[in-house]
Amino acid sequence: MSIITDHDVRYVAALARIHLKEEEVGQLQNDLEKIIGYINKLKELDVSAVEPTSHALSLENVFRPDEVKPSLAHDKALAIAIEQRDGAFKVPKVIE
Amino acid sequence: MTTGSQTEFETVIGLEVHVQLSTQTKMFCGCRNVFGSAPNTNVCPVCMGLPGSLPVVNREALRYAVRIGLALNCEINRYIKFDRKNYYYPDCPKNYQISQFDMPICYGGHLHIPVGDGQLKKIGITRAHLEEDAGKLVHAEDASLVDFNRTGTPLLEIVSEPDLRDPQEAYDYLQNLKLAISYLDVSDCDMEKGSLRCDANVSIRPAGSTAFGTKTELKNMNSFKAVRAALEYEISRQHKVVLAGEEVIQETRLWDENKLRTASMRSKEEAHDYRYFPDPDLVPFTLADSEIEAARTALPELPEAKFQRFLKDYALTEYDAGIIIQDRGMADFFESCAGIFDDYKKICNWLNGSVLQAINERKTTIAQLDISPEKLTDLIKKVDDGTISNLVAKDVFLKMLDSGKDASAIIEEEGLAQVSDEGELEGIVDALVTDNPQVVEQIQSGQEKAIGFLVGQAMKKTQGKANPKMIRELITRRLSNG
Ligand SMILES: [Zn+2]
Repeated sequence: MSIITDHDVRYVAALARIHLKEEEVGQLQNDLEKIIGYINKLKELDVSAVEPTSHALSLENVFRPDEVKPSLAHDKALAIAIEQRDGAFKVPKVIE
Repeated sequence: MTTGSQTEFETVIGLEVHVQLSTQTKMFCGCRNVFGSAPNTNVCPVCMGLPGSLPVVNREALRYAVRIGLALNCEINRYIKFDRKNYYYPDCPKNYQISQFDMPICYGGHLHIPVGDGQLKKIGITRAHLEEDAGKLVHAEDASLVDFNRTGTPLLEIVSEPDLRDPQEAYDYLQNLKLAISYLDVSDCDMEKGSLRCDANVSIRPAGSTAFGTKTELKNMNSFKAVRAALEYEISRQHKVVLAGEEVIQETRLWDENKLRTASMRSKEEAHDYRYFPDPDLVPFTLADSEIEAARTALPELPEAKFQRFLKDYALTEYDAGIIIQDRGMADFFESCAGIFDDYKKICNWLNGSVLQAINERKTTIAQLDISPEKLTDLIKKVDDGTISNLVAKDVFLKMLDSGKDASAIIEEEGLAQVSDEGELEGIVDALVTDNPQVVEQIQSGQEKAIGFLVGQAMKKTQGKANPKMIRELITRRLSNG
């Protein structure tokens, strides 16, 4: 049986912006199949009495007061820009 | 009753409103939350999504969200978490937006809108969740330019139930939503600055049907009027599509303010798949009942309640009360005046007239205007007791604003007191009667209205200082005596 289709692999790769070679699609299909299979195995456990958790840490309510902290200097912030213009990050045009 | 296609369909509208919260700092970092700074000057590793940085929730943003939720009659979730909404776009440096997926901070609220004859309609609010704003993109000829100053600004997204049935209801809902939020000191609600934004979902279905038709999502409306116009256009477009035997396509359409039409965004992106999952960088948080009750107690009287109370306590007309409550400062000012002077209608006329006009012309607020309830009611009393005419009072009011002086001082200094001396006024009336024989004839032949002309002339001659009531009496007396 196959849980993960060829299409699923290509779809996930597209979402993650990963370019796959043809031969990699099959390999990944296999790998993902095993991972999902393992998850399905875990699903056999009865967890109806366990609260769902979104965190491994038992921390709660970590807040910060609404106080201004220094921002990055403008030139430092832009230092990582591949290209810049007028104080902004310049990127390939995204519309039209 | 209308005929034709209009009666065959029912419209279903739901609105998503984004409100920027006016905290000092951003949602997850200490960068300044301000509008109008030079590009990329309020940025740090957290809001730029640099590796190794960690977000920490702004306590105040949570408080603001709870405050809005309570004002919109929402339930507040006691246990809340943040989730990542994944998408790729240059305005989103982390490639995900921190939002709330299945545990929004507020849910199950409602707001009322007027539907005529004093009737109200309840519009459900599905949920309101906290999230961070994206950056700003400016599109040049050859490139797009990214400014991350706005990135990480706290936003509350307020989602209505699909309870709205026409564009006017949508407009009224937005007006009342904005009004309620403006009472809370949590957002400047300024659409021009983008601190309030609205997207609309709209579909049509055969009247009487309960299933939903295919909806389109409308974006890019930058005023409430634009939302109404975009909905009107889109509804008629959907009618045409359906009547032509075609199907409405589920898509996002952009409102074009110049061409006054919506157009498909025709995004090349595949269907959105945001792959929400809990953000491991942020721990969940809980809200205590005591905290929520304290927030509820701290709420001001909201516009709807204030409106009803003003009708009842001050016997204002719906029209007058409706204007006064549009601004919380104005409503408070009205009540202070009403505590000093008991002709509420006159106070209202002043506030909704000269005062509001001055606020608009000077682009200011009642709080910043150099006038106090004491000073304004003193001025109104000067009209009431006949010291000055209403016309002169309007002028005195402007002089009060400019000089900060009170009404008596200005009236005295400029000799503006009304002339109520009978002898002096009789002289004026005598001259008018002699100079205007045709008008006198008209009055004597029963055209009462012509008296108004003579009164007007008397006011003009005295620069508004003649007591108009006395003038009228003197003219009537004089002409009836022949
Ligand atoms: Zn920052």
